[in-house]
Amino acid sequence: MRLPAKPEELRVKTDVVERIAELANNDSWLVHRGRTLDTTFLLGIGDTDYLVRIHRGRVEAVAKGPFIQPRWTFALRASQDAWNTFWLPVPPPGGHDLFAMIKNRTLRLEGDQYSFMSNLHYFKDLLALPRGAAAGGAR
Amino acid sequence: MNSGKPDFEPAIGRYLRVDIGGRPYRIYVEQAGEGIPLVCLHTAGSDGRQYRGLFNDAETLARFRVIAFDLPCHGKSSPPAGWHKDEYKLTSRSYVDTIMAVIGALGLDKPVVMGCSIGGRIVLHLALEHATRFRALIGLQSAAHAEPYYDLDWLHRPDVHGGEMAGAIISGLISPTAPEADRWETIWHYMQSGPGVFKGDLHFYTADGDVRGRVSEIDTGKCPLYLLTGEYDYSATPQLTRELAARIPGAEAVIMEGLGHFPMSEAPERFLSHLRPVLARIK
Repeated sequence: MRLPAKPEELRVKTDVVERIAELANNDSWLVHRGRTLDTTFLLGIGDTDYLVRIHRGRVEAVAKGPFIQPRWTFALRASQDAWNTFWLPVPPPGGHDLFAMIKNRTLRLEGDQYSFMSNLHYFKDLLALPRGAAAGGAR
Repeated sequence: MNSGKPDFEPAIGRYLRVDIGGRPYRIYVEQAGEGIPLVCLHTAGSDGRQYRGLFNDAETLARFRVIAFDLPCHGKSSPPAGWHKDEYKLTSRSYVDTIMAVIGALGLDKPVVMGCSIGGRIVLHLALEHATRFRALIGLQSAAHAEPYYDLDWLHRPDVHGGEMAGAIISGLISPTAPEADRWETIWHYMQSGPGVFKGDLHFYTADGDVRGRVSEIDTGKCPLYLLTGEYDYSATPQLTRELAARIPGAEAVIMEGLGHFPMSEAPERFLSHLRPVLARIK
């Protein structure tokens, strides 16, 4: 018989993308703002790829790579350090915003950008959720 | 139920009729305070509400007549007749002409002009072309040029909401430490700009208004130039402001911690702590 994992063990095992999914799906206003979205994007954190499926504003599924034949509409890739900086409660200038990171070339945006750009604030807020959680609430 | 006097703020807004480049315009102007005229220029795709903190600062209003006007097509200023037949594009010429026409129509004698972003750029053009007409110039988020970092066509296309787009784009230029209400008011102003107006302003900001080749000709002996830039701005960056100041003898640059591209609007009190010492030096 397996003993159920203790809550703190679960927390350690839950990685940041799953945390984003949980925080997003508990944020009814964010879900509402993404209500016309139906897309899968690739989130690259260092060498690890994730496929994040968004349907009607909810994060419906998260899959962790490596993938053999991944399909996605757009990809956001940055180093682990760049994401860690972005997720600081008060990130420093240049590491604080997706477009700042794109301009500084610490974040790469690839693929078909339509769903990303036409829902830009949704994706900015979605990906900043770990920061809000650390700071004690979404901005 | 309300009792007693209405709780009005000091600013009073009126519509000004003025010809600019031979065409009639209807320009919305807000004013408060008495003393040295201080004309405030809003950023691209926004309007004079960005200066609401300054308009409520008793210390400033005791010495300065604070004036903010909305550029044509912005805020409550009407677009010119025939606007629907052309793409809106701000140019160095039309921007300088508009400012000089409004200052002339108001009969201002040697005003101070303070502008942010596109306004921080145009004060450099004013310094080059009309230095003796001003008591001082203040550039917020001032740089001699800007590097585009996204395709500006996203700002004006029928299948993407222009207000949502503009708000999302500029949100990252605000300091993450800005007070939440002021952050979102700043974004709200952007969400209200007319179709293509923000993009048309950026024509001046990213292309037509590039003044790199001329800034070293600015003579601060004719008119003092103060530069204040927020550290979180990745468009008009602190580095670009420092480079600008290094090329203009006598220009002074201050980098403001905890502020971004919209200092007067995103964190008004924090901004005033940097502005008041500058205003104190203007007599």
